[in-house]
Amino acid sequence: MKEYRTINKIAGPLLFVEKTEPIGFAELVNIVLFDGTIKRGQVLDTSDEIVVVQVFETTAGIGRDSGVRFTGETIKMPVGREMLGRILSGGGKPIDGGPDIVPEKRLDITGAAINPYARGPPNEFIQTGISTIDGTNTLVRGQKLPIFSGAGLPHNTIALQIARQSKALGAKEEFAVVFAAMGITKEEANYFMQDFERTGALERAVVFLNLADDPAVERIITPRLALTTAEYLAFDLGMHVLVILTDMTNYCEALRQIGAAREEVPGRRGYPGYMYTDLASIYERAGIIKGKKGSITQFPILTMPGDDITHPIPDLTGYITEGQIVVSRDLHRKGIYPPINVLPSLSRLMNLGIGKGHTREDHKKVSDQLYAAYAEGNDLRGLVAIVGKDALSERDRMFLEFADLFETRFVRQGINEDRSIVETLDLGWELLSKLPVEQLVRIDRELINKYHPKFKNVVKKE
Amino acid sequence: MEVKDKKSKESKHGILKRIAGPVVTAVNLDAHMYDVVKVGKEELMGEVIKIAGENVIIQVYEDTSGIKPGEPVINTGLSLAVELGPGLLTSIYDGIQRPLPILVDKMGDFIQRGVSAPGLSHEKKWRFKPLVKTGDNVKGGMIIGEVQETNIVHKIMLPPDAKPGVVKTIKSGDFTVEETICVLDDNREYQMLQRWPVRVPRPVKEKVNPRIPLITGQRILDGLFPIAKGGTAAIPGPFGSGKTVTQQQLAKWSDAEIVVYIGCGERGNEMTEVLTEFPRLEDPKTGKPLMERTVLIANTSNMPVAAREASVYTGITIAEYFRDMGYDVSLMADSTSRWAEAMREISSRLEEMPGEEGYPAYLAARLSEFYERAGLVKTLNGGEGSVSVIGAVSPPGGDFSEPVTQNTLRIVKVFWALDAKLSQRRHFPSINWLNSYSLYLDSLHDWYDKEVSPEWNKLRSWAMEVLQKEAELQEIIQLVGSDALPEAEQVTIEVARMIREVFLQQNAYDPVDTFCDMTKQYDMMKAIRMFSDLAYSAQVAGVSPNQINSVKSKNELPQIKFIKDYKPDLTKIEKNMDEEFNSLRSAA
Repeated sequence: MKEYRTINKIAGPLLFVEKTEPIGFAELVNIVLFDGTIKRGQVLDTSDEIVVVQVFETTAGIGRDSGVRFTGETIKMPVGREMLGRILSGGGKPIDGGPDIVPEKRLDITGAAINPYARGPPNEFIQTGISTIDGTNTLVRGQKLPIFSGAGLPHNTIALQIARQSKALGAKEEFAVVFAAMGITKEEANYFMQDFERTGALERAVVFLNLADDPAVERIITPRLALTTAEYLAFDLGMHVLVILTDMTNYCEALRQIGAAREEVPGRRGYPGYMYTDLASIYERAGIIKGKKGSITQFPILTMPGDDITHPIPDLTGYITEGQIVVSRDLHRKGIYPPINVLPSLSRLMNLGIGKGHTREDHKKVSDQLYAAYAEGNDLRGLVAIVGKDALSERDRMFLEFADLFETRFVRQGINEDRSIVETLDLGWELLSKLPVEQLVRIDRELINKYHPKFKNVVKKE
Repeated sequence: MEVKDKKSKESKHGILKRIAGPVVTAVNLDAHMYDVVKVGKEELMGEVIKIAGENVIIQVYEDTSGIKPGEPVINTGLSLAVELGPGLLTSIYDGIQRPLPILVDKMGDFIQRGVSAPGLSHEKKWRFKPLVKTGDNVKGGMIIGEVQETNIVHKIMLPPDAKPGVVKTIKSGDFTVEETICVLDDNREYQMLQRWPVRVPRPVKEKVNPRIPLITGQRILDGLFPIAKGGTAAIPGPFGSGKTVTQQQLAKWSDAEIVVYIGCGERGNEMTEVLTEFPRLEDPKTGKPLMERTVLIANTSNMPVAAREASVYTGITIAEYFRDMGYDVSLMADSTSRWAEAMREISSRLEEMPGEEGYPAYLAARLSEFYERAGLVKTLNGGEGSVSVIGAVSPPGGDFSEPVTQNTLRIVKVFWALDAKLSQRRHFPSINWLNSYSLYLDSLHDWYDKEVSPEWNKLRSWAMEVLQKEAELQEIIQLVGSDALPEAEQVTIEVARMIREVFLQQNAYDPVDTFCDMTKQYDMMKAIRMFSDLAYSAQVAGVSPNQINSVKSKNELPQIKFIKDYKPDLTKIEKNMDEEFNSLRSAA
């Protein structure tokens, strides 16, 4: 392999290499330092005059005398079954002291788009044991459902609880967890690792760690390595894979950093104009393929800067993912765990995975009614602050009380409390039964007679 | 001689000079704007988008990883075109009309590159029935025969740009789209297949003003903010406000004869939903699977960005083709913002001077060109057809002041404003009734008068007034509480609540409520109006608002939505309402 010593310019993570033979776009590049260390990079722009290389590690030590080797192939990831239980760096190298991965296959990390026609319908209910997800924002296999959180909120605890408790009903299938950390602190990483070890989940997990002090540019490839691994486990080995990506905000910051180094025209708030397409190339790697056993379900976690849901990172994410789980600072302050605010939360694929044959026939309507009643009660809180409780009509007072009950009974649950979907729905009915039955306009008579605690018992007595 | 040969050879083969993502530069290429070229050894499909001196800038519709400077570029000399003919219906294409099922066969579950596939099957035989005979005078756009494609009759037309002539021979029987079916006296041969460049609107005789509503079965749309056949509408809304569900409802239930659905830069799983659901659903008019009248274009967010840019043009060209046959076509584009972003991405790679928020300065022009291809038209063959365009817009942060929303609103006639607040309280469809508007109300007035009821237009204005009044009263309630309102206004609040909960809210997932025809819409609104009249007169007679609110029969009204044969129940409710109020009045 030819080695060039023609680096002309180094700017941030970018190298500008001159006088090369024709170099392929997106090729993997090895940069050889004077002491023999090898750093990796990728071709971002190629022409017969100059080749721009993005280095995935720190450029410290690279100089105009460093050697550049173009490998002639795009970045590939060695994958194999024995990756389960291993801890890898954000660049895909083992860091748990174990041996190198013996690859069964080497896969391109960019991953091709799944042909929409080849996709299977995501309609298999996953029970997370958390009422605010199962009951009102149901997760299904093959979905990508991010957690929108803020700094200092317990999103990691929630993610771990989901990872621990998630199961498809009535099925015993091979599952795996792929965990990709981007720019999180060692402490946070330890929190995840300890939980994985304590519960024995590590055996079924592949962990990629890019920590806060690792090179920011490496974060660009970490999620892609993780998803390439997940695709192998899901579509080659037939496992149901849960991918946790945290924290996507750090990923986007790295993307912005590269955009700035390339002197690109910035989009909103300095993030590159192609951030939507770039994020889509990560998030869209979730789903089910017709005729294949496995599936990829994604749980990206992101912290919204300033708790602002309109910030470009949550905004673009929300446009790509199939809903979002929003963690609320207000509920957290009230001491409610998990502090999931159901009002801005959403699961787009919910309707495919609930109802008869999936969960229970009343699921959709109970969920709608809970939402509507909670939203109404929540609105009234603002009014009470101005006019006082006494000025409310009796109807309004009932909705106000419902909102409080909903938070303390339905939303709140223990860190290890694993509620079944039947428990969640019955709890929902119990709360709804505190409202006059004629206010339950979202539910038809038939279901009310069958499930409403008041009428259910009447039928039983007869 | 030699020199000339060399030159012509050179003009065909260019050389790649630079590759940076989906935009590449070639030199030594004799090219015109929007020529389709084949890039690199793998012959990836691309399109010329800029010519600067020696340099020809090309957007490539496939992933360019591994392509090197020095590889060849071949100019096909053709514009980006779609294949039009029998076989379009029930198809699912990517942005450049490659059938996705064939791509699965050719390259597996993932989209690979360098595979081309014709838009229509060139092998399948269709039964062609001629409608002209030897000696007939024909001209461009004229219908010369037909093919029973699905339950839809596919009219075979001469290409719009064909010169007039006289039919020499016309065949009848089973043919592929490439076989000649008609020969004119000057020996020009015509096949069922025609190609049309996507960036050029297909010609029509003239555009006329729309006058018939596109009935969608969605109460807030048909009832309050109707779109006309041949009209344009925009649905902007933040994520999670129900754009896609609304678009899909329109694709399912609108009374167009042909539906073109473009999933432009959206989610793969959503396209799967459409693909699994449409073949199962029945067209309420014909009882046939909805898929039989549908063409789907799916270029999901992770498929190549340049093909996303093209997908919108591919879709509208197919829509125009069916319009030319005399059909009412509705086209849904979800989402035009992704299309605009694709333009932005390509533009920024061209290092063009950006306009607002990094979008190219020609954004407004491209949007208006696109929406202007909608319309009710007199076709070249003297018939009448329409293309209605409904574009979803995804404004960043739900902020309607951003360039794509603003430039779209300047063109479209109907604005359905989605509201995240409504969707959060599960008020669906979460279309804000105060911000939305339709500029077709006047032109559709007569239709509603004649086809629904002479009362309808009055009922509609009444409902809008009540909703407007409610918004004003809500402001007062925010300050003083609802009990402090005068009694008559407390009744208004209750009536408005009924309009919202009974009429406006509609459950897309309920088998009955998902589609509501105009008769039922009218009956429901009339019942609410009846309650309103009874309530006000009771209030004047001294009945308290609390008593009015406790009228039991009105609580039955929402159930009407879920009943197919609702008339007996509705009559019963109306009767009970009347009786309850009578007894309230006599007690007062």
